Amino acid sequence: MTIVTRRNALVGGAGLLLAGCDRIVASPTVKAVLGYGEKATMSAQRLVTDRTALAPEFTRADLSPNFRVNGTRVPGDAAYQAHMARGFADWRLVVDGMVARPVSLSLAQLQAMPARTQITRHDCVEGWSAIGEWTGVPLILLLKAAGLSANARYVVFHCADDYHGTPYYESIDLVEAFHPQTILAHHMNGQPLSVGHGAPLRLRVERQLGYKQAKYVMRIEAVATLAGIHGGGGGYWEDRKGYQWWAGI
Amino acid sequence: MDGKLIYRTKLPVRIWHWLNAFTIFVMLMSGMMILNAHPRLYWGKYGANPDKAWLELPKFPGYDDPFPPLVTIPSSYDLAAARQWHFFFAWVLGIGIVLFLAYALASRHLTRDLWLTREERAPAHLWHDIKEHARLRFPTGEAARRYNPLQKIAYLGVVLVLIPLVILTGLTMSPAMNAAFPVLLDLFGGRQSARSIHFLCAAGLALFIAVHLLMVLLAGPVNELRSMVTGWYRLPEEKAR
Repeated sequence: MTIVTRRNALVGGAGLLLAGCDRIVASPTVKAVLGYGEKATMSAQRLVTDRTALAPEFTRADLSPNFRVNGTRVPGDAAYQAHMARGFADWRLVVDGMVARPVSLSLAQLQAMPARTQITRHDCVEGWSAIGEWTGVPLILLLKAAGLSANARYVVFHCADDYHGTPYYESIDLVEAFHPQTILAHHMNGQPLSVGHGAPLRLRVERQLGYKQAKYVMRIEAVATLAGIHGGGGGYWEDRKGYQWWAGI
Repeated sequence: MDGKLIYRTKLPVRIWHWLNAFTIFVMLMSGMMILNAHPRLYWGKYGANPDKAWLELPKFPGYDDPFPPLVTIPSSYDLAAARQWHFFFAWVLGIGIVLFLAYALASRHLTRDLWLTREERAPAHLWHDIKEHARLRFPTGEAARRYNPLQKIAYLGVVLVLIPLVILTGLTMSPAMNAAFPVLLDLFGGRQSARSIHFLCAAGLALFIAVHLLMVLLAGPVNELRSMVTGWYRLPEEKAR
């Protein structure tokens, strides 16, 4: 015989409520409708933001005393570890895909290129913020050097780190790619980039959230579409957990 | 004998009330999931684990996060989906409050029904109203035609302070919006301050809902619900004191 106590009824009722809510959340129709919100947000933000509007820049007095390391701390990849052991002396960045002349640049060559230094705020999707000073090559210079094709629409960043065998990657469109603050940073707070923060080279896209700031960038690929690249979502977290490709909010 | 039935709440106000009520619940529940991701709050431009938090929410007994599954959207940890819900309904909240305030101004709902009259603003009058509330004595008869002063203050606080502030501080947390309108950061004292104020406004809205529902129960839930569904409200009978 089952005795339904008030407590059991309450727990059972809560369980039913949860199951009902979970079905709504999991519904493909609901997901599709919510997706319109994401598109509307990106369009509206683009509408009110000048293409070249700069993310706020801060002073050295505003630097986070301790900029926390997030995501991968040390990539496990054997080739990366070998580069790390040699101080990235033979490491090269490849720029290819839809470009006229694929280029391959050493860290020394990248460091000899014109650089931009910016003190900006890094905002994690989880909610925390840290302020750091970044020095690096504007992405637009690399794309010009390689001769970006007129048909390219996105720039994909392939990284040396992986999560259980799935490589990290990210992508941005050309509005962000040509933005003056979009740089490939090789220095942080005046020091060569540490391994924890993405040595030897990491992306800074200052008008978007932390997961777009790809660390350990090995290859920059210009593409016409994101379909066919890994899961097609335009980034590791986008594919894996459904994070928003537009990370301006 | 029953009191007189009056037409108290106009259709646009009722539509907005229910749409907004649903929206606020979605925003609070998805917001609690988002806060679960980093349940620490800071003042200033930056703030992360190594920095000093002014508030660190404890884990809910028996769970890994401060807010348990029954109160979050989605129920199990999913920051990406919570953000998708939050930013969709942010549009409903934002467009809704703009339309409501425009209607309230144009129809004089704001100035006639919500704004406190000169005598209601007098400290003695407010103090009297506080004492009456504490004794759970609510206006009856003709006096119940109008919202009472504390009720007006609560409603004005929601539509003119809490909702606008929660939207503005929400926008201030967006890095793209920071590039477009850096003045928002100056206004709230930095992104992490904006995040803290956003949380406090949300807590204020949650408190409002709790008191609002309690008042509906105390004032007669059937009559109150009918007036917010059909617009018709029965004036409570005058009681002999």
